[in-house]
Amino acid sequence: MYLELFVTFFKLGLFTIGGGMAMIPLLKDEMVNKKKWLTDEEMLDCLSISQGLPGVIAVNMATYIGYRKKGPLGSLIATVGVITPSFIAIILVIEVLEQVSGSPYVKGAIAGIKIVATALILLATYQVGRHALKNALHYIMAIATFVAVSVLSLNAVYAILAGCAIGIAIKFINNRKSAEDQEIIGSEKSKEINEMEDENEYMD
Amino acid sequence: MNIWIDLFLAFSKIGIFGFGGGLAMLPIIFQAAKGFGIEDPHEFGNLVAISQVTPGPLAINAATYVGYYSDSFGGAFAATLGVALPSFVMVVAVSYFVEKFKQSKIVQGALSGVRPVTVGLVASAGYFMLSGILGDLNVVSVGILIGTILLAGKWKINPFLLIIAAGVIGAVLIR
Repeated sequence: MYLELFVTFFKLGLFTIGGGMAMIPLLKDEMVNKKKWLTDEEMLDCLSISQGLPGVIAVNMATYIGYRKKGPLGSLIATVGVITPSFIAIILVIEVLEQVSGSPYVKGAIAGIKIVATALILLATYQVGRHALKNALHYIMAIATFVAVSVLSLNAVYAILAGCAIGIAIKFINNRKSAEDQEIIGSEKSKEINEMEDENEYMD
Repeated sequence: MNIWIDLFLAFSKIGIFGFGGGLAMLPIIFQAAKGFGIEDPHEFGNLVAISQVTPGPLAINAATYVGYYSDSFGGAFAATLGVALPSFVMVVAVSYFVEKFKQSKIVQGALSGVRPVTVGLVASAGYFMLSGILGDLNVVSVGILIGTILLAGKWKINPFLLIIAAGVIGAVLIR
């Protein structure tokens, strides 16, 4: 079982190339239909936790499923499994590149790959933006993040914390509007407002 | 020993604050890697290009890359552990409260607020990459840039094929 966990997540790591989202349907099929390690519902829980928590999604999924199947040790083994291909592949690539770093062909190939990577990220900005930005505030938040991180070189973590704080504040404000009996914990509320005010300083 | 702790702490930021997938984590990765040999957009571009073509999640690849460059195997291990360990702790903790987690207003609010921020972060990653290649733009590279956007965006060609193709074109034409 431990070996199976390792191999399954080793494969997940190995076949995650250029964006892990493509792996999700494959993993789901393997977990739910083939191995029957998880029910459909458990898989949904796994996905909402893996995407809802920070961190690398593939690592989150490995930790969750490993823990579900075999406790802390299972979770450790699944996580090591998902990380090992990266570890081996990157170290190999670095060592090989070092041997051939003088070659103009290799330099040209890396230059070409860099341009595609740039283009794919620019495209991803548009694709993610089209789905995620639904109102004026979203656009303001995205642009403010871009300016803060790219132009002002502010720490990207602040932008993430600001986004969380604004999202929580909006959720609670909307709730208060729609349901009069909604209980709101005062201290948390005021903490969020403070955080929001902090953020507004650099958003301007 | 000290550099291992530094690498671990720098990369644990990705595990603690990295939302929205690999591309949205790139600005945090860039900021974490400063001080460990990735100082300008040009070097950052190399890091991203190599992490993209190598199997494995982007953030794990990047951590291994930066760690290995700074301090060989020990460095690679420390940086990768930094990315993975926070996930481990949080996922195990939350797995006991799956329902509460899913229904929590705070979690729902935070996730809806972080989504537009990730758009800005992906855009920032694009900006860093673009400023890294701006110095050596020519007909071929602009052609690849526009070609990729059209092929991947409009005709949904597999990005990995485009990466391979650009590697070959680059080896022959950019040199």
